[in-house]
Parts: sequence; C-alpha cells; structure tokens
Amino acid sequence: MNLKRKDLLGIREMEIDEINLILSTADSFKEVAGREIKKVPTLRGRTVVNLFFEPSTRTRASFELAAKRLSADVINISTSASSVVKGETLLDTAKNLEAMGADVIVIRHSSSGAPTLLARALRCSVINAGDGAHEHPTQALVDLSTILERKGRLSGLTVAIVGDVLHSRVARSNLWGLTKLGARVRLAGPPTMVPRELAAFGAEVTWSLDEAVDGADVVMALRLQLERQGRAYFPTLREYSRLWGLTRERLQRAKPDVLVMHPGPVNRGVEIAPEIADGLSSVILNQVTNGLAVRMAVLYLLSGGKSETGRG
Amino acid sequence: MKATTNTEHAGHAADILVIRGGRVIDPANGLDGVRDLVIADGRIAAFSAVPRDARTIDATGQVVCPGFVDLHTHVREPGYEYKETVASATRAAAAGGFTTICAMPNTNPINDTRAVTELVIEVAAREGVVNVRPIGAITKGSRGEELAEIGDLAEAGCVAVSDDGRPVTNSLVMRRALEYAQAFDLPVIDHCEDLALSADGVMHEGKISTMLGLHGIPAAAEEVMVARDLALCELTGGRLHLAHMSCAGSIRMIREAKARGVRVTAEACPHHFSLTDEAVIGFATNAKMNPPLRTRADVEAVIEGLADGTIDAIATDHAPHATEEKSWPIDQAPCGIIGLETALPLALALVAAGRLSLPHLIRLLTIQPAALIKSDRGSLSVGAMADVTIVDPARQWVVEPAEFRSKSRNTPFAGWKMTGRVVSTLVAGKVVYADQ
Repeated sequence: MNLKRKDLLGIREMEIDEINLILSTADSFKEVAGREIKKVPTLRGRTVVNLFFEPSTRTRASFELAAKRLSADVINISTSASSVVKGETLLDTAKNLEAMGADVIVIRHSSSGAPTLLARALRCSVINAGDGAHEHPTQALVDLSTILERKGRLSGLTVAIVGDVLHSRVARSNLWGLTKLGARVRLAGPPTMVPRELAAFGAEVTWSLDEAVDGADVVMALRLQLERQGRAYFPTLREYSRLWGLTRERLQRAKPDVLVMHPGPVNRGVEIAPEIADGLSSVILNQVTNGLAVRMAVLYLLSGGKSETGRG
Repeated sequence: MKATTNTEHAGHAADILVIRGGRVIDPANGLDGVRDLVIADGRIAAFSAVPRDARTIDATGQVVCPGFVDLHTHVREPGYEYKETVASATRAAAAGGFTTICAMPNTNPINDTRAVTELVIEVAAREGVVNVRPIGAITKGSRGEELAEIGDLAEAGCVAVSDDGRPVTNSLVMRRALEYAQAFDLPVIDHCEDLALSADGVMHEGKISTMLGLHGIPAAAEEVMVARDLALCELTGGRLHLAHMSCAGSIRMIREAKARGVRVTAEACPHHFSLTDEAVIGFATNAKMNPPLRTRADVEAVIEGLADGTIDAIATDHAPHATEEKSWPIDQAPCGIIGLETALPLALALVAAGRLSLPHLIRLLTIQPAALIKSDRGSLSVGAMADVTIVDPARQWVVEPAEFRSKSRNTPFAGWKMTGRVVSTLVAGKVVYADQ
C-alpha cells in the first residue's frame, strides 16, 4: 500500500488508514536505526530540499538525517521569511528549487498555509515541517508513534495537551491525529491561549491544569513563546508557570504510568519543571529518536514507496 | 440585444433611442411595468411622439432600470495602475451595470487635496466610460491625525470623505470630521475597525480561524467602532455612513440607532451576503478581505438588514490586486476582492431566494446610493440623464475571471454558476457596454 497523496500538509486532511500506514512504516525504519550501518539505498538519486524560513534545530536535523539515511541528496536552505517577501516570492523560490530537480521540498514557514500554496503550484512533493499555527504533521506522527510504542494503543487513552494551544501547530496536529485514532484529548491553559472554539473539534477544553491532568495517560506540555507576555496573553512568566507549569505535585493526579511529552525546545522551569522533563515518565528524547524513523517513513512513502523498506 | 438604426433624418431631429418591451423598474418613481423607455439627446424623455425611425433596443423579457451607483470602488489610479486604472475600472463597472462609481481615496498619492481630486475627475473624463465621483480623505494622508481640506475637496467635486482601508482611530478627530463635513453636506464614510483588536488578523475569528491556525479578527473589532461612531453621530448630528458592514452586531446597532432617528446610513457588500468564513479553507487568498467573511448568522443578519431598510445600499468594495500579490502566503497577501462584475448576479440570488423583491434590490443599487451622494442619477425620471442598465434576469453564465474587464482577477467566485447578467449599460444615453 502507498500513500495516495503527493504531499503531506496536515493531519486533519488524512485518512486513518494513511496515518496507520505511516506509523507502521516508521516501525520498520526504527529497526534500521538499530543497525550498525544505518543507511539504506531507498532514495538514491532523489533530491530532498529542506527549505526553512524559521529557525529550527531538531526538525531540520531530523529531516536531513532521515533523507541521508535513505541515501537521498539533501540541500538545506535556511532563510528568513521577511527577506523573501522583499524580493523573490516564496513561490518563485520553490519553483526554482523544483527546476533544479528537487523531488521533495520540506518547508517550514511562519505563515499558516505556506506549504499548501507550494503544493498547489509544484509537481514535486511538499512536506509541511511546521506552518504558522496551522499544522506540524510529522511532529504529531512522531508523538503518535511514541505513545503507541509505550502504550500499545491510542484508542481510549486520555491525552492532556497543556499550554499555548492557540499558537501551537503541534497542538492542532496532535488534536486531529489523536481524535482520529480514538484518544480523548483535553486542552488546558490560560483562556487567552485556549480558545473555546476548540471544543467544536472534539476536545475537552479546561482552564485548570489539575482538571486536565487528572487521570491522564499522557501529558503533553507545549512550548511557551516567551514574547507573548508583552501582548497581554498572560501577566508574568511567574504566574504562568505557577498556574500552568507541569510540576511533580500536579503530575501525581495523572495515571501512575503517565507519559510526559514535549515537542521541544523546552523552557525549563516555565512550562515544565526540570525534574519532570528529565524524570522517569518523560519520553521527550524518545520523541526525538522516533522523529528520525517517522520522517524516513514519510519521505519513503511520498517518494513512491515502491522498493522495500530496507528490511533485506 | 438588437439595435437597428435608420439614419434618414440624422442631424435634424433629436437623437432618439427607444428601449422597447422591457420590464421597466424605477424605484425612485415607483414604476414597475412593461413599457418602452424613450431617450432623447441622452436624457429620459416623455413617452409620446416617438419617430418611427428612432433607434431601438429590444428589451423583451429583460429588466430595464437606472444604472447602478457604487459607493465603494477602489479605482487604484493614481499610483497603483498595475492593479486597475480609471479606464479598466470604468469598463468593469459598465460590464457590471454600474454607471456611477465612487472612487476611494487610498491611491498614491492619497486623494486628500484638490489637486488629486481634479486629476481623478480629469482622467475619468478622458478615459472613463462611466461617471466617476471621487471620495476625498477625511484626514491628511489618511493618517487619522489632522482633517484634510474637506471644503476644498467638496468644491473640487468630492461627494464624500473617507479614510477607507483604515478607521479614524482617534475619536476626537472623528467627532470633528462629522461636525466639519456638515458645512459641505458631505457624508463621512468610516471603515469600522478597532486596529488593536484586529491586529495581525487574517480572517474572521471563530471556528474556522482556530482550525486553520490563522489570526482572527473578531466581530467585536467592527462592532466597537460602529458603537463609537453611532455615539459620535448622535453627538454631532453629522452625516455618518458606515462602509461594508459585515456582522450581526453592527446591523443590530444601526437598526436600533435608525429607529431613534440617528442620521446614519450603511452599505453592505455582495461577498458579505454571499460567503462565509468557510471560503477561506484551503488558505484561499481570494477569500481574504477586510472586514473578513463572517459566519452564517452574520450573512443572515446582513440580508435581513438589506431587506428591512437597515442597510441603505449595496456597494462592491471592488478592490483589485495583482495575481502575484494574491499568490503570497495568506497572512502576507493583501485584503480585498474585485466585485463590480459579479455584484448583480450575487444580489439577484437574494431575489431568487425570496429574500428581497427585485424593485427593492434595484433601489439598493440605484436611488438610495445616489441620494446619499446627492447625485442626480439613479432614477429614470423624465429629464434625467439616461444612465440605464438592461438586465437579462434569467441568463445563466459561469464566472470566468479571464473575461473580466477589470485588470485584476482576484475573485472568490471563479467558476460560480450565476443567474442574471447585464446585457447593456448606457451612460447619458450612450451604450457603454453591450454583452457579446
């Protein structure tokens, strides 16, 4: 079975079967990561371009390494969205890369919808590596894969997503993915950052962290953009972390085998206490490890997925 | 449309044109019936003594009405001729049945001085095919700080003042504008938007913006300013006109203010009664405008406002932008869509749905906007300049942006199946548009 789509733009538009296909393919690639020689020839001769208009360490490195392990040629372009606006348009930049023979363009952009714009105009595959507050589909796939790995299922689990949901593409992609696969999603944070409208999409919305964590199987803390303080979303970091920061005491309300997740980068002591981020419940680094296998799976499946997954 | 000419007596008698057999609807004169409309020397004539050899237009099965008056057109000239020019905007207007368009002042330079007003009028006389009535800026540079020379603008030919595209944020400046403009009997047209509330907003704030991860513009951003403007209108007794009303709360407040006798008028745009914020799904930049497309409940409220007299005019907010500009990511793409060539069928859809009567719709497109700018157009009164639009109300067609007369293509209605089309447009008795 192949993915029937050219692009990976978001989880909301994906069928459950497609999500499961990516997750099972990722499991195969996890095995490759355990080998002594971690490289397979699957995408030899293909070109993957990482086009990043926002700073990123882990996502960019993860895509680069994933492409390299599949033997693709990789180009990394990091630039700022503003410099592009002044001159060449985003579309022109992308069309030029396609003209050079790019097979896959992985794009991160501060504008929601920028990958959609490219996908419509280009013949090559486009992978959304995070667009504005819209979606970050590979991160959600990583998170689903990590939960599955630990819990063996998603259906029936209670997942609390905590923090700045309003501006979080990770929260949105996870909301779509988790609800499609049968998990209960609770969203929690200050009312300025957890819009009521989210209840319309099948999530429980609460402004109390204790309520959100109560009996949860998974607690996912979101990164707080510190500059939001200046725009009246919350009064001070002190009050934010006191009310919505994940601490050991708060976590005691969750199930004993709770998983603590964070998409990174972590503001230690703001949205999550250091002892929690580094504690036994934390799977934050497993998320990063799984990121590689999931992105290999996505690159492989979007590139046709015809050859074997390197099992031989 | 069939036109026949007999030149036997040309040069002797008056130049007479008869539009035969159409359903003539002229709300200003309470007229609605099948009859011939006679035009002599560019003016509506009495209905007797038509020479047998007069030129005729057969309008059987068609609607003959006054030419439409658009209170809200972004002509873009001077300064943004790559988006639209007087020549292209007036041709688009003619194709849409509009015989008078009011040119918004947010050009480059901004129309905040007599010189720019005179330029617009001069270019329109030279290159335009319909009447162009300039709207001057309320404040110098539309910066919202100091009043523009509104008296001078009025003398030069401006029919209203507006800082459209921006609100007059400073309440004292808005108060002074409403007071000062009374000396020239000019309406002050406000673009109601609380900029702090709408900051960074790309679309209506609600379920869809939340889903798409786009910054929202809450309905309150408009309503807060409508409430303020109504209070200032009441305080000053000035002539307040509210542009492009988009939400239920605004309509409710205007209705209530009118009932109390506040001297306010308002307009609504076809896109605000035809589309909801769901049109933005897929990051459609041609569904990005300011004010944004709202919810179904807001659309309903706008339609009710049109039906019950709360809204005085249908205006297009025709806002041309180049295809390249609308190809930017949606948060960077400019706001606005073109509307002159799609306004009529969108409005006729309300008639087909039983929400408005056809005569009432024509009133909203003709005499009411004309009265607002004290124009002598907008009616078929005997002696009036013969600005006439002929509509085939049953004609079906598909919107194909490449066929637009406008220089721009930014419409969310591409591919829409429309019913009702302008077949001829006359300005001062002269055919300025004929379909096919």
